[in-house]
Amino acid sequence: MLEARDISFGYVKGEPLYEGFSFSVEPGERVALVAPSGFGKTTLCRLLAGYEAPWSGEVLCGDAPLPTVGPCPVQLIGQHPELAVDPRLRMEKTLAEAGEVPDGLLDALGIRSEWLRRYPHELSGGELQRFCIARAIASRPRYLIADEVSTMLDALTQAQIWHFLLDWQADSGAGMVLVTHSPALLDRLATHVVSL
Amino acid sequence: MQQRDRLAGHGPHGNAEKHHRHRHGPTSRHDQGHHLLQVSNLSVGFRMYDVDAPFLSAEQHMVNVIDDLGISVHSGEIIAVVGASGSGKTLLADSVMGLFEPNAAVYGEVWFDGQRMDAEALSAVRGRAGGISLVPQSVSHLDPLMRVGKQVEGFGKQGSREERRAKRRALFERYGLGEDVAQLYPHELSGGMARRVLLCCALMDDPKLIIADEPTPGLDLDLAVAALDDFRAFSDEGGGVLLITHDIELALRVADRVAVFKDGTVVEETAVANFASPDLLEHPFSRALWHALPEHGFDVTPDGGDAPC
Repeated sequence: MLEARDISFGYVKGEPLYEGFSFSVEPGERVALVAPSGFGKTTLCRLLAGYEAPWSGEVLCGDAPLPTVGPCPVQLIGQHPELAVDPRLRMEKTLAEAGEVPDGLLDALGIRSEWLRRYPHELSGGELQRFCIARAIASRPRYLIADEVSTMLDALTQAQIWHFLLDWQADSGAGMVLVTHSPALLDRLATHVVSL
Repeated sequence: MQQRDRLAGHGPHGNAEKHHRHRHGPTSRHDQGHHLLQVSNLSVGFRMYDVDAPFLSAEQHMVNVIDDLGISVHSGEIIAVVGASGSGKTLLADSVMGLFEPNAAVYGEVWFDGQRMDAEALSAVRGRAGGISLVPQSVSHLDPLMRVGKQVEGFGKQGSREERRAKRRALFERYGLGEDVAQLYPHELSGGMARRVLLCCALMDDPKLIIADEPTPGLDLDLAVAALDDFRAFSDEGGGVLLITHDIELALRVADRVAVFKDGTVVEETAVANFASPDLLEHPFSRALWHALPEHGFDVTPDGGDAPC
């Protein structure tokens, strides 16, 4: 179980975004976070994935704190793929950050082999996002946090990628946290909904 | 057919006949007898090195991304551009703005307000009153070292500093950004807030044409609707909007016409009403998009999603 226990956090001293907030995801669940823009959804995602440390309380993955070395079992896919990749690495090196990429993963995400030798500025936003998803999956996470992952994809690619992610989840039994502003997508995907 | 009847008698063309490869929407009109923006025969390619050749003997070759593309924007209308990711939608926006990568080769004609434009003329109307404003796709377009309030005020080219500040305040208030937000740097904003700041930048000027490259990701439904309502109000006052988006449902609420993009060209320009049912859409890719919407089945491979065009 991925769990945030009584966490408090904020960016400005004395102005907490959350106080004593608790939240948990079981393996196989898809929990949607719902709140207006600027409410701290992305911040919560960053806390769960270990990018930020809470002021108080703890984030536990399988009853242990997140490891500080090795690949994190909680992987975050962010909403701005162009900011999540190194602009001076070819895409094949960006993918290699996650270690060995399983066979068929690139095909399943519609990543073409000629894109591997390109730099990030030579790809579109949707194409970059597929690389970010591939990189997160390749590190074999136990929990995946999808922060608006499909808003920069067309409807067809969005459906393809979510079908892929749902199949992957069914195979691996991972837990998922997702953020989306589309009510229709929420109805399709979430097993339950948490309003902040 | 109903759509055709509604359009009959409109404009100098007299009816809904296809001209310049498109049909009109109900509010489309030709001010002074020309399109607000007309792009024809646009091709964009990139010079790239052969990646597999040895380092010093690699030859350059062209990779074509946009091929013989034509699209028009009339005064008083919103045209939504939807289509596959990587099909060149952002490149279309950049071409119209005159923003080119150094290795890009751009061919074709861009006419803005009756003038044929070249790179110099485009840079002269870019972000000016009476010109073209861009709402960029990437939040990395904000200056990371400047407070956002100051950035937005800097986008206004008219009036005194006080007037610009008052206008910025009004825009921020409209989009639910407090005065404290104006004092923040871009990295302190959430995704949705940054998106709203970019919108405010484009609305600071009094442009004739707004090119909005995915303005709504990260915005909750109320804010996204507010943004699109602003585009609607802007076009009702005689401006034109080229709205590049993936959110088809949202685009259909405000747009007059929809252009469907695939592999660097427009495969179908159709009236918004035709998106009510897949049977009214002509191209297989448009139908595939319709079926893939979460509201309509979320299907991946309906009739011919990969059909050649």
